[in-house]
Amino acid sequence: MPVKYLKETPSQTAGPYVHIGTCPSAAGLNVRTQEKPNVLAAAGTAERIRIEGVVLDGSGTPVHDGMLEIWQADTKGKYNAKGFTGWGRAVADFKTGEWAFETVKPGATPYRDGRQQAPHVTLLVFARGINIHLHTRMYFPEDEAAHATDPVLAAVPPDQRHTLIARREKRGGETVYRLDIHLQGDKETVFFDF
Amino acid sequence: MTEYMRRDRRWHPPGYAPGYKSTILRSPRRALLSLEQSVGETSGPVFGHSTITDSDRDLIANYSTGGEAIGERIIVHGQVLDENARPVPNALLEIWQANAGGRYRHVKDGYVAALDPNFGGCGRCMTDENGYYSFRTIKPGPYPWRNDGSDWRPAHIHLSIFGAAFTQRLITQFYFEGDPLIPLCPIVNTIADPAAIDMLVARLDMGNTVPFDCLTWRWDIVLRGRRSTFFENRPEGN
Ligand SMILES: [Fe+3]
Repeated sequence: MPVKYLKETPSQTAGPYVHIGTCPSAAGLNVRTQEKPNVLAAAGTAERIRIEGVVLDGSGTPVHDGMLEIWQADTKGKYNAKGFTGWGRAVADFKTGEWAFETVKPGATPYRDGRQQAPHVTLLVFARGINIHLHTRMYFPEDEAAHATDPVLAAVPPDQRHTLIARREKRGGETVYRLDIHLQGDKETVFFDF
Repeated sequence: MTEYMRRDRRWHPPGYAPGYKSTILRSPRRALLSLEQSVGETSGPVFGHSTITDSDRDLIANYSTGGEAIGERIIVHGQVLDENARPVPNALLEIWQANAGGRYRHVKDGYVAALDPNFGGCGRCMTDENGYYSFRTIKPGPYPWRNDGSDWRPAHIHLSIFGAAFTQRLITQFYFEGDPLIPLCPIVNTIADPAAIDMLVARLDMGNTVPFDCLTWRWDIVLRGRRSTFFENRPEGN
């Protein structure tokens, strides 16, 4: 008999009312309104960047009931660094589906064998119709050289790598990175099973 | 570095489950790309018990405008374990649910059932050093939704769970034993294995019921287990 383990509790969709439990002010609940879970770096922080986008379904329609989570290292490539949580949550706008994080650009982080991974943030997507959350990554377009040796990007078919690389623009004084996430179709984003 | 056992994707509902129509346009068509974990996957945010107050886990009272929430008073409790049957301490559980009439306090919920002025349906709690959690609430009502005409959701409570690592991240729902709507629900039925569905069914726990106050339900949660890394870099052991 092989060794027996407990089975993991199965996932179920977060549903359209995920905000009540995770971002209550977006649902219209006046509890914990002081929380701004999509702001990891306060205004005025040196090196502050904006990461934004929209999640699109297979018909190209924005998903406007979704919730996204980000997980990232600090500017030096350290997770759980003192003074920088590296974790955030954003609500897709109920009308447009736009979501955004205010954060800093992470440094390079080590892969399991010690090689360097190019700077990236982890993104998780939750929404009605998504039975188990989708896990992807966003990379930064200026790190082309690091992308060439990134062990995770190396596993992504070359013609799909662009789905993980943001576009960069200056808006006012701010650097904005934009990554639209396509759940399905010709432009389908690469999603991971870690 | 601690690594975690692979997720059994056949046990979880598939992305594409056409009986639940919303999945049709929202499920990736390509296979997920399976990769080995590194620090970004095996770490996660640390939440402190200090951020949680006792009122966070009392949904009967935490949205009070002067009275208590209407409905069947219940306590929900259980243990969070990993696949190795080890307790998961300091797990953050975030809770949301409809009120006794099946109505959510959400700007987008337009169901005809009345809002309860004293019920928000939002709570959170953390597991103790043995992985135990508990919260007090009212039993949510079933509600109709547009899928095949008017389907009905069985009474359920949504939970978002943070363990020690992003690999353990989980959002799910649990149901109440004996509810005849469970086997009819297209969302429940996205899960193929009846044994997996059974893990989402809370059991009536009469032994822990509070006399003349609250019925108690027990629901245990299992998160992904740590994997022993025998021959890989393991200066810190398992
Ligand atoms: Fe629900």
